[in-house]
Amino acid sequence: MNRKLGWFLAGGLLVALLLAGVVSNFASSSPDGLDATAREGCTFNAEGEITGGHCIAQQESAHQLGGSPLADYGGDGFLSKFVAGTTGVLITFGLGAGLFWVTRRRTRTDA
Amino acid sequence: MLRGMETTAMHIANGIVDGPVSAVFAVLAVAALAFCVRKARNDLDERLAPMAGLVAAFIFAVQMLNFQVLPGVSGHLLGGTLAVILVGPWVGALCVATVLIVQCLLFADGGLTALGLNITNMALLGTAAGYLLVAGLLRVLPRNARGLAATAFIASVVSVVVASQGFVLEYALGGTTELSLPWVSGTMAGVHVLIGIGEGLIAATTVATVARVRPDLVYALRRFRKQASVEVNA
Repeated sequence: MNRKLGWFLAGGLLVALLLAGVVSNFASSSPDGLDATAREGCTFNAEGEITGGHCIAQQESAHQLGGSPLADYGGDGFLSKFVAGTTGVLITFGLGAGLFWVTRRRTRTDA
Repeated sequence: MLRGMETTAMHIANGIVDGPVSAVFAVLAVAALAFCVRKARNDLDERLAPMAGLVAAFIFAVQMLNFQVLPGVSGHLLGGTLAVILVGPWVGALCVATVLIVQCLLFADGGLTALGLNITNMALLGTAAGYLLVAGLLRVLPRNARGLAATAFIASVVSVVVASQGFVLEYALGGTTELSLPWVSGTMAGVHVLIGIGEGLIAATTVATVARVRPDLVYALRRFRKQASVEVNA
């Protein structure tokens, strides 16, 4: 890896860390297109439990790993969201780059 | 439903599509990803491997940035088209899948049982649709930052709508509730056109920026340059 690529990667990672750690605090908290469609037709109580109606999400069950400390991307707190976002970026980069590095095509020198 | 209203969930949760259909799509997803790994090997060199890690990390980050598309409804980037342009279709699909796996296992987003469904829609269908459009559009549009931005925009809109219809197919095969399919399809398509426009703007800005700073790192440009030189030599 040459030095110029290193700078590009560092810059890109910094942008990703800022987006996930800081800008994410200003993201919309409305349900996304899929979730909103899945909820349409049902009524909900304050806890978000279905109280009636008929909708796609009716039989939805909890996530097996819902107790994860990073569940819900750190919730609403600025600091917890910052930690969740930056952790996610670093883990995704590490896992992705690591897996892609081991599957990469070896150059002629190795062959 | 056991999930709180305030919870951020971006992908298909458990229990929306039944177990057998979810299992079929899990097998399908594993097989398709294994095929992608084989094909990706040809593309992955010392430069593309870390770049692909960055693309995955960037998609993870931008997926956290929900933007409002309608009152009470938001959307977020899926990332297939962006990944295709920057790192190619095979590595691109693996980038999106990596994000979905991290989100499912660490962030409890997208049910564990539903992981195959989510990978099929976003990593496979969305990326495939994005790739077909990018490959087609770059034959007619100029191969520079501006042409790449237009390509990214158009391909993103189509790719997001195709991914949304992947859910409709899975729901049709194994939905645990019985809502009218035309309604589900129409509602998903309508809202995802709007989400696709948002994704298109983000993807266009991103690829145009990379194309200006480091055009040599843009897979779509590199590949076309290679093809063009082959044509000249032939």
